[in-house]
Amino acid sequence: MATATVTNHESASHAQQDHEHRDNFVTKYLFTQDHKMIGKQYLITGMFWALIGGFLSILFRLQLGFPEMDLSFLRPLLGGWITESGSLDPTFYLALVTMHGTIMVFFVLTAGLSGTFSNYLIPLQIGARDMASGFMNMLSYWFFFVSGVIMFISLFIKTGPAGGGWVVYPPLSALEQAIPGSGLGMTLWLVAMTFFIASSLLGGINYITTVINLRTKGMSFSRLPLTIWAFFLTAVIGLLSFPVLFAAALLLVFDRSFGTSFYLSDIYIGGEALPNTGGSPVLYQHLFWFLGHPEVYIVLLPALGITSEVIATNSRKPIFGYKAMIISMLGITILSFIVWAHHMFVSGMNPFLGSIFMFLTLIIAVPSAVKVFNYLTTLWRGNLIFTPAMLFSIGLVSFFISGGLTGIFLGNSAIDIQLHDTYFVVAHFHLVMGSASFFGLMAGVYHWFPKMFGRMMDAKLGYIHFWLTFTGVYLVFFPMHYIGIAGFPRRYYSWTNFEFANMYTDLNMFVSVAAIITFTAQFIFIFNFFYSMYRGKKATLNPWRSNTLEWTTPLNPGHGNWPGEIPTVYRWPYDYSKPGAEDDFIPQTVPLSATPESNLPHEQELVKLELEIMKEDEEVLISNETKH
Amino acid sequence: MYSFLIGVGVLLLFSIIWMVYRIQTLVTVVKGSDKKIASGSNKINAILFIVFMVGAGSLMFWYSIKEYDNYQLPIGSEHGLVTDHLFWVTMAVTGSVFLVTHVLLFIFPYKYRYDEKRKASFYPDDNKLEIIWTIVPGIALAGLVFSGWMAWSDITAPAPENAHVVEIMGYQFAWEIRYPGTDKVLGDYDYRLITASNSHGIDFTDKNSIDDFPSPVVVIPKGEPVLFKIRARDVLHSVFAPHMRLKMDAVPGMPTRFWFVPIKTTAEMRVELNNPDFNYEIACTEICGKGHFGMRKVIEVIEPAAYQKWISEQRSFIQLDPALAEGLPSKTKELAEIQLTEN
Repeated sequence: MATATVTNHESASHAQQDHEHRDNFVTKYLFTQDHKMIGKQYLITGMFWALIGGFLSILFRLQLGFPEMDLSFLRPLLGGWITESGSLDPTFYLALVTMHGTIMVFFVLTAGLSGTFSNYLIPLQIGARDMASGFMNMLSYWFFFVSGVIMFISLFIKTGPAGGGWVVYPPLSALEQAIPGSGLGMTLWLVAMTFFIASSLLGGINYITTVINLRTKGMSFSRLPLTIWAFFLTAVIGLLSFPVLFAAALLLVFDRSFGTSFYLSDIYIGGEALPNTGGSPVLYQHLFWFLGHPEVYIVLLPALGITSEVIATNSRKPIFGYKAMIISMLGITILSFIVWAHHMFVSGMNPFLGSIFMFLTLIIAVPSAVKVFNYLTTLWRGNLIFTPAMLFSIGLVSFFISGGLTGIFLGNSAIDIQLHDTYFVVAHFHLVMGSASFFGLMAGVYHWFPKMFGRMMDAKLGYIHFWLTFTGVYLVFFPMHYIGIAGFPRRYYSWTNFEFANMYTDLNMFVSVAAIITFTAQFIFIFNFFYSMYRGKKATLNPWRSNTLEWTTPLNPGHGNWPGEIPTVYRWPYDYSKPGAEDDFIPQTVPLSATPESNLPHEQELVKLELEIMKEDEEVLISNETKH
Repeated sequence: MYSFLIGVGVLLLFSIIWMVYRIQTLVTVVKGSDKKIASGSNKINAILFIVFMVGAGSLMFWYSIKEYDNYQLPIGSEHGLVTDHLFWVTMAVTGSVFLVTHVLLFIFPYKYRYDEKRKASFYPDDNKLEIIWTIVPGIALAGLVFSGWMAWSDITAPAPENAHVVEIMGYQFAWEIRYPGTDKVLGDYDYRLITASNSHGIDFTDKNSIDDFPSPVVVIPKGEPVLFKIRARDVLHSVFAPHMRLKMDAVPGMPTRFWFVPIKTTAEMRVELNNPDFNYEIACTEICGKGHFGMRKVIEVIEPAAYQKWISEQRSFIQLDPALAEGLPSKTKELAEIQLTEN
C-alpha cells in the first residue's frame, strides 16, 4: 500500500474555529478565501464572459450569414460601428472576431473551466480543508477580475478593442497606423492579459502545491480521481507556458512603446518608412504558440478529466484503463510543448522545421486516440444513466473525435498548405477545443451543482439544453468543413470579392441561423442554473451515487469542508459495480477490510496491511487523547 | 403597436411554457418518479442518440456527395495533385475511424441504457487492448506522416534553376507584382526607397533592376516551374492561390518563396469547367486589417510560347516612368537610357 501523505491535523481544529466566527458579506462572497466560493466566483464570471463572447459571435455571424441585412437596429448598442448604410464596419468586424477568440479561450475556457473546477474540486476530492494558500487563491480570482474589467472597458473605447485576431501577430498589433484597434485597444488587451497571466500562475501554483501536499491519508497518486490528475497536469502546463506568453507580450509592449525592434523590420506604412530593422515577426509567432498550443490542452484536459469522472459514475463502471488514461494525459502534457510550430507551417519558417513538427504533432494524436477508445470501452456493457452531465460528456467525446480527426489533416504540413487559415481550421478547433471544452464545463456544472448549491438542477431542462446545443454545435461547425475545403479564408468580412469563394451564401446563412438558435438555447441553462440555485429540489448527500470524497461532506459544506476529521481513503475512486458488492458503488472511504465479499485477490492481501495501519492510527489517537 | 402585441405574445408563450414546466415537475414528484435512479427520460435520451446518428449521418452523406463539385476546387498545379491525393487518403482513413467510433458512441447509450435488473460489468483494464489501440493508430499515423513528409520535402525543396521568377509584394490592401525582365534577375530593393512613384522600393542603382517590369496580373507559363518570391511592405499578409494549392506568408523583413508548376492554362480550365469567366485567383489569408478580405489578384496561366511573347511586350518600370532613372550613377544611367531609346 502506498504511503499516505501527512494530513494537517491542526487544520481540523482550525476549521472548527471557523465555524464560530461569522463571515460578513465581504469576507464570505467577495474577498473570500474559501476555495468553494472562489470556484463559484470563477464560474459566475465565466458564464458572464461566455454570454459576451457568444453575443459577439452572433454579431459577426449576422454579417457573414446576412451580408445585406440592415443592422441599424444595433446602432443604440454599437453606435458608429454601424455604418451609414446600416452594415457592420469591417474594422469592427475584425475587433469582434478578436475579442470573441480572446474571451472564449482565456476568460471562459481557461478561467471559467479550470478556475472553477480546479478550485472547487481539488480540495474536496483529495480530502483537504482548503487550497495550500487561500490568500493566493483569492488573489488569483481578483487578478482575473481586474483583467476582465480592463478587457471589458476596451470594448467601449472610441478606437475599438484589439483587432488583430486573438493571436495578435505583430506588426499588425504593434502599429496603430495599421488598424485602429492596435492603439489604446491593444494596450488594454496587453494589460488585461498581463493580469490574466498573473492570475493563472497564482492559481496554478496553488493547484500543484495542494495536490502534491494536502492529499488526505491514503490518497496516493494512484488513487486520485482522473479529474484531479487532469487539473494537476493542466496547472503544470499553464505554469510552464504562460510565462512565455508574458515574455512575448512584454517584447510587444517594448516594440509598441519604446521603439525596440524585436518583431519589426523593413516596414513602410502610412507614407513613411519606420526606422525599425532586424526584428522578426516569426519570433513572436514562436513565442506565442509556445503558449498557444499548450493552451489548447489547458482548456481541454480539465474537460477530459471531468468527462472521465462523469462517464464512469453514470456508466456504473470503472473508467476503463485508469493507468492508460493517466499515461496518455502525461504524454499529452509533454508533447503539448513540442508541437507549437505546426501553427506556422506556411509562416516562412524553415521547411525542415516543418517536417520535425509534423512528426511530433501526429504523435500527439496517439494518446488522444487512446483516450477515446477508453471512453468507448467504459460505455461498453455499462448501465448508463443519462443525467444531463452524462449527456454532455458523451457529446464531448463526439466533438473530441470529430475535431480531433480533422487535426490529422492540419498536422500534416503538405495538406495544411491548402487548409491553413481557412474555415477548415475554424471548424477543427471550434469542435475539438471550443465545443468539447464547453461541454466539459457544462457536464461539470450539471454534475457538481448539487454539491455547489445543495440543490438539484432540473434534469428535463438539462436534456432540452443538451439536445439543442449538441445538434446546434454540429449544425454550426460541421458545414464549415465544406466551406474550408472550398478554400474560404478565415477572418473575412465578406467573400464576394473572389470568384472561388462567391458561393455558399446559403450555407453561411444556415450556419448563422444555427448559431443564433444555439446561443439562445443557452438561456435555458442560465434560467435552470439560477432558478435551481434558489428553488431547485433539495439535493441528497450523494445524488449520483458516486465514490469520490466530495460526496462525503455535508450538504452545504462550510469553510473547512468536513466538520470533523478528514476522511481516510482506502481504495481507488472507480469501484463501480464490483462483483460481489451489494451496491453498485463503493465510496473511497470504505475500507477494504469492510468489503471482503467484493475484494479482488490482490486487494485481499492489502487488507492485512490496512488493518495494521488502522490499528497504529488508533493507538496514536488514544495516546494523544490521554495527553490532553 | 405591433411590437407591443409581439411582446405580449412572447410573454404569454413564456408563461405557458412555465406553467407546463411547473405542472410537469409536480406530477413527477407526486408519481414519485423523481426518486427513481433513472426516470423514463433515460430511454428517450437513449433513443435520441440513435435518431441523431441516423439523421445527422444521412445529412452528412447526402450533402457531402451532392456538393462535391462545389467544395472540391479544380487543381491547377502539379503538387496540388499530390496534396489533394493525400487529403483524400487521410479523409478515407479518418472518415472510417469517424464512422466506426461514432456508431459505437451512439449505439452503446441505447444498448446499455440503465436497467435495474442488470449490473454493469466490472472491466477496469486490459493491457492487451491498450497496446493494440496504441500501436494501430501509431502505425496508421506513421504512414500518413511519412507520405506527407515526402510530399512536403518535394514541395519545399529549392526551386529548379530554370524557374520563372515572379515577385509578389503584399501591402495594405493589395498585391504588387514585379518581373525580373530579360536578365531574369530581380533588382535589389530597400524599403527606405519606397515613394509614391516607386512603390516597390526598387534600388535602380542596381543594374539588375533596370529591366524589371510590373504587371497588373500574374502571368505564368503552363508546364514550367514558377517561383513566387514573396514579401510584405507593412504587416503580415499571406499569398493564397487556392487552385494552385499554394499558400505562403508574406513577412516584412523576411522574404519567403514558394515554387510550383501550373498544369492547366486559364483557357483550358475555362473549357473544362464550362465557365468562361473562370480565373485563377490570389487571396490574402493572414489577417492584415480593414481590407483583408479584398486583396484579390488574378493569375493568368498561358502557353509557354505566349508567355515568352508576353514578356517581350512588357515595359519596364523605367520605361513607364523615366523620372525613376534620374539621379542615377552614370553607368547605370547609360543602361537605362539604352532601354529608353529601345522603346
